[in-house]
Amino acid sequence: MTKVYVDNRPFEVRPDQCMLQACLTLGFDLPYFCWHPALGSVGACRQCAVKQYKDENDKKGRIVMSCMTPVAEGLRISIHDPEVVAFRAAIIEGLMESHPHDCPVCDEGGECHLQDMTVMTGHNYRRYRFNKRTFRNQDLGPFVNHEMNRCIQCYRCVRYYREYAGGRDLKEFSMRNQVYFGRYEDGTLENEFAGNLVEICPTGVFTDKTLKRHYTRKWDLQFAPSICVHCGLGCNTSPGERYGSLRRIVNRYHGELNGYFLCDRGRFSYEFVNSERRVRQPLLRQDNGLRPTSKAAVLDRLKSILAFGKVLGIGSPRASLEANFALRALVGAERFFAGTAPAEQRLTSLMLQILREGPARTPSLHEIELSDAVLILGEDVTQTAPRMALALRQSVRQQTFQIAEKLKIPLWLDHAVREAVQEEKGPLFIAAPYVTRLDDVARETYRAAPQEIARLGFAVAHALDGSAPEVAGLSEELRNLAGRVAQALRDAKRPLVVSGPSLNSESVIYAAANVASALCRAGKPAGLSFTTPECNSVGLNLMGARPLAEAMEAAQKGEVEALVILENDLYRRAPRQQVDALLKGAKHVIVLDSLLTPTASQAEIVLPAGTFAESDGTLVNNEGRAQRFFQVFVPQGDIRESWRWLREMMIAAGRREAAALETLDHVDEALAQALPALAAVTKAAPSASFREAGAKIPRAPHRYSGRTAMHANINVSEPKPPDDPDSPLSFSMEGYPDQPPSPLIPFFWSPAWNSIQAVNKFQEEIAGPLRGGDPGVRLIEPTPGSEANGAYRGAPPEAFSVREEERFFVPLYHIFGSEELSQQAPAVAELIPKPYIAIATEDAARLQLKEGDEAEVRLNGSTQRLAIRLREEMPKGLAGLPVGLPGVETVELPAWGKITRV
Amino acid sequence: MLSPEELREIESEFPHYPNKQAVCIDAMKIVQKHRGWVSDENLKDIAELLGMSVDELDGVATFYNLIFRKPVGRHVIMVCDSVSCWVMGYERLRKELKNRLGIQMGETTADGRFTLLPIVCLGACDRAPAMTVDEDLHLNVDPQKLDGVLEKYK
Ligand code: SF4
Ligand code: SF4
Ligand code: FES
Ligand code: FES
Repeated sequence: MTKVYVDNRPFEVRPDQCMLQACLTLGFDLPYFCWHPALGSVGACRQCAVKQYKDENDKKGRIVMSCMTPVAEGLRISIHDPEVVAFRAAIIEGLMESHPHDCPVCDEGGECHLQDMTVMTGHNYRRYRFNKRTFRNQDLGPFVNHEMNRCIQCYRCVRYYREYAGGRDLKEFSMRNQVYFGRYEDGTLENEFAGNLVEICPTGVFTDKTLKRHYTRKWDLQFAPSICVHCGLGCNTSPGERYGSLRRIVNRYHGELNGYFLCDRGRFSYEFVNSERRVRQPLLRQDNGLRPTSKAAVLDRLKSILAFGKVLGIGSPRASLEANFALRALVGAERFFAGTAPAEQRLTSLMLQILREGPARTPSLHEIELSDAVLILGEDVTQTAPRMALALRQSVRQQTFQIAEKLKIPLWLDHAVREAVQEEKGPLFIAAPYVTRLDDVARETYRAAPQEIARLGFAVAHALDGSAPEVAGLSEELRNLAGRVAQALRDAKRPLVVSGPSLNSESVIYAAANVASALCRAGKPAGLSFTTPECNSVGLNLMGARPLAEAMEAAQKGEVEALVILENDLYRRAPRQQVDALLKGAKHVIVLDSLLTPTASQAEIVLPAGTFAESDGTLVNNEGRAQRFFQVFVPQGDIRESWRWLREMMIAAGRREAAALETLDHVDEALAQALPALAAVTKAAPSASFREAGAKIPRAPHRYSGRTAMHANINVSEPKPPDDPDSPLSFSMEGYPDQPPSPLIPFFWSPAWNSIQAVNKFQEEIAGPLRGGDPGVRLIEPTPGSEANGAYRGAPPEAFSVREEERFFVPLYHIFGSEELSQQAPAVAELIPKPYIAIATEDAARLQLKEGDEAEVRLNGSTQRLAIRLREEMPKGLAGLPVGLPGVETVELPAWGKITRV
Repeated sequence: MLSPEELREIESEFPHYPNKQAVCIDAMKIVQKHRGWVSDENLKDIAELLGMSVDELDGVATFYNLIFRKPVGRHVIMVCDSVSCWVMGYERLRKELKNRLGIQMGETTADGRFTLLPIVCLGACDRAPAMTVDEDLHLNVDPQKLDGVLEKYK
């Protein structure tokens, strides 16, 4: 620690930072624009000026930029010196010259860093009397709105978009007071993390376009701490609601996970909650159609169905632990089935087993960022676990920091570091059947069939440790590549292997595990990170459900009286005929879901389940971290948490013990008892009885307006705010006015800090953990001592050989399109590709197929017609079928199939 | 499409720079030399040749006032509007030019002969007001001398 003086008071601060960051950690309100904790310092805006003094006798001092001043022993600065106070006010006056002063109609208003900083500096009167420069705005696609006149030229947007996120279609144009931030021409921003511009831009230039359609000020939204449900990473989010509809999602900082950023799928998919396809009332099949009915009637019907026993339950990787557990309690552990594709369940179990046995540990996203050599086996991470791709993009900088360190450039001095490093990049190797969105920062890419990707992995492990299984018949080329990968990983301080179930290949997962094990044996603290497909894939797997195929067999044998399907569209899990057979095989099909999915449409009874925004529950992410999400608002009508419906079903079936499962805490306690692997769920967040200073935590900001009037059209007397028996949060602006514990922060706000950058005030240190530690509990750690007997796993597969008549189909993924719920969000839907199959250009010529041609695909007993897309880079003999895309049939992949021209 | 000649000239710059992107300014100057300005289509072609996004290249193009992204006349007049020329009355010169050519700043005469643009200090403050026409520097330009100057450019 280093001693510095701020306005003559001594403080101890960390030495490896700039004075701005140190001052913010110390809690001072020092205004800034161009600096951002994730982007570092460039000294562009001059807003963070302070006075620096030579020593205690120096009374005059000189003005310096705090973001460009390193912490140093004995350093003396003043924030409050009148001269520097006036300087900061003058700076903002200059930056605001051409600002339209249109806060009342600006979407940023009320949560604007520019407003906050303007108030903080005391600049409150415009003297500039001349023409302002004005710009034409661009259409940047469905996610981000553009209003350039509000720009203060801080350059954060391009620094984030280009340097941090790797986008190339946003740029600054022109010069002087004409500088324009935008695209070369109108068009959708190409980067998958463009939505973060909304938070990065300190003004109203870039705002959330989806929010615009149902705009509400931040202070009028009701929030809750939530978890993203659109992939397996579990990024923390803060969704906001008004008048019963979800209005937007912003990032909820988590030091170990998502940090300051979300992916666009996570940010812009919330609108599925408001979808027309929502099930809002119980539905009962009558006269061959599903008709709305009352809760009492449906429970009555359920009572008679459930009385017969032989009820099978199908759980879901997109439902909470509590919902799955309640289903398991209803049907019994031996009748609880995993609602996942067979391969997926097998591979998830395998991955979890590997992570439990070790020796390699699975890192958090933050640790992934700090890795200094990475091998990715068989994943297009941007499409399957998007936020991880952003973390990996930062990892290639780790080794290059040595260049800066040699030149004694502090790492926070962002552009000096980038200038020194130039195009240099640390080692990242990607093996995948196709181009991935991280290829631009990869040192080498290897495009091959899954078998070959696994063989490369095995070869790397063998190159690291001769006792690892050897790959027979390895080509010279592959051997050399394996050698280079092994060398780079061996030379690294924190090597990382990334893989996952994308290719549905056990061998690929074994290969990844073996590379990590070989590194551990060589004494390296290797990380091993697996992506998982859905928000609770890990949680469901830890419950130990039986495979879906067994439920299908039981149905075929006519052994199923009733089938209860939890938040799951089985048509996405297995081929159509199989699901049809399963649904027909059961006498009664009961579906609990939020959307009327193809599966729900077949049911006899559909119960309206709450989405993440209308329920509380716990999800386990790919890292094995159990995290609690809280209800944002109370939905109208009969929508409720699936676990509540299941409890009512149990009661209807005469199961007395269910009466005790009254609240979330009760369910969690029962779950922890029944399933030791999940015992820690009760620690994921404080229980409902938790109070701060005797009060609940308010979900709404204290400035929340109109509560007395918002229902006046229905009833002039104000309704009582709904109770929340499940959490220590209140559906109100009343309650504990200060900072809650980290798992319970609904939104970031602090006096004088209305923008999302109020998060500064919630962190132990800037960019560090939230006060009291980041939320969630890790359930999976490698067993200590397993290193010694950590034997290598699996065996290298046979080499891939091309067939004359058939293509080997591998699954392809799309960030916008492959995930079920986000498809229902209109903004995301605009970006979903049309159904297609991808084939290698080389093969297309032989099949006489051109781009856009229609072709018939016969695959695993299914036949479908799809448009051809040529992929230059795909190896010969391979073809790709997009997974989960609307209009593409579910097929078990990979598989050999035939393509014919029609 | 870039002409074979433009391509050859651009490619001959490659050896002088550490990477292709670094050639971007020269590449645009080469195209401008041949065509007078850099069109959207030219910009896309150059970007592709250099492995840049169009956005990146246009960011560079629009930073430099001597890269023209709109068509210009056969001759480009640039009048210095910085401080010494202001003291020495560039405003009269500018007014005179606008009158004679019948155009505003940033415009081109109907016959395509002249384009009129402002420029910052030309480093000729001791003989202000100064202006350039194409590559030529003209010093102490008083409005009476203008005819003589403009005559030379057909
Ligand atoms: S658009 Fe926003 S982030 Fe970009 S320079 Fe302007 S104010 Fe800064
Ligand atoms: S990376 Fe996954 S969890 Fe994170 S915001 Fe995107 S979809 Fe959600
Ligand atoms: S924040 Fe320090 S100069 Fe911009
Ligand atoms: S000010 Fe015009 S040449 Fe210097």
